[in-house]
Amino acid sequence: MVKKHMKIRAWSESDKTATVKAIIFHPMETGLRKDKATGKPIPAHYITELKCELNGKTILTCLWGPTVSKNPFISFRVKNAKAGDTIKLSWVDNKGESDTGEEKVK
Amino acid sequence: MNLRRRTFLQTSMTACTVAIAASAGLLTPRTVLAAWPKNAFEAKSVGDAIKALSGSSNAANSSDIAIEAPDIAENGAVVSVTVKSKLPKTEQISVLVPENSTPLCASYLMTEDTESFVTGRIKMRKTSDVVAMVKADGKLLTTKKAVKVTLGGCGG
Repeated sequence: MVKKHMKIRAWSESDKTATVKAIIFHPMETGLRKDKATGKPIPAHYITELKCELNGKTILTCLWGPTVSKNPFISFRVKNAKAGDTIKLSWVDNKGESDTGEEKVK
Repeated sequence: MNLRRRTFLQTSMTACTVAIAASAGLLTPRTVLAAWPKNAFEAKSVGDAIKALSGSSNAANSSDIAIEAPDIAENGAVVSVTVKSKLPKTEQISVLVPENSTPLCASYLMTEDTESFVTGRIKMRKTSDVVAMVKADGKLLTTKKAVKVTLGGCGG
């Protein structure tokens, strides 16, 4: 079982915009790699969709393929976000696993 | 006899619950991922991927899109790519690597609440261009940047 975890940092740079940076801990297996010990391919396991919400409103949807790096990092800027607003990230992977994380804008 | 009947009922009940849970587990992502463009992510060429993603392959070059990526990436497994667009009404930013077995890496659906800026990390099999495709105001625009990869990152 994958350890479900993510880190989110969000801070406002001015009154109008906030920067969000997040790392999601996920193996992001392409399905092309082989297990060195057994020689068998490691099944694909990657995040397909990441939804970013500001105070419950979807602001960014990331559609990801297996070629996104392991433990994916994302950074984006949000308009009209101020300190105290809630940034929520939720993802779903190709095996149907999912996780959600929340962070207040600083 | 009665005891056996009890066991039978119990096992069948458990099996049934497991089956329901499994089917629910399998069906949930499918409903959630209705928007995930499987064909685009499985396409083997940039043209096919763009066509599957946006229904059109008429992408023009634009100097209003900027890609920030290293000139030389030592580790192809982690290549940090930033895409900025100066185009008004940017709806979608996609990152493609032509030399990867499946070129489409990521596609970001922007809204009016996000600035046209996104950073992500991608895997690159070998030295290749990184193509950024932006859909702005209904038009497709692309730009590219060459990235030299010293160590491939797709393990294949």
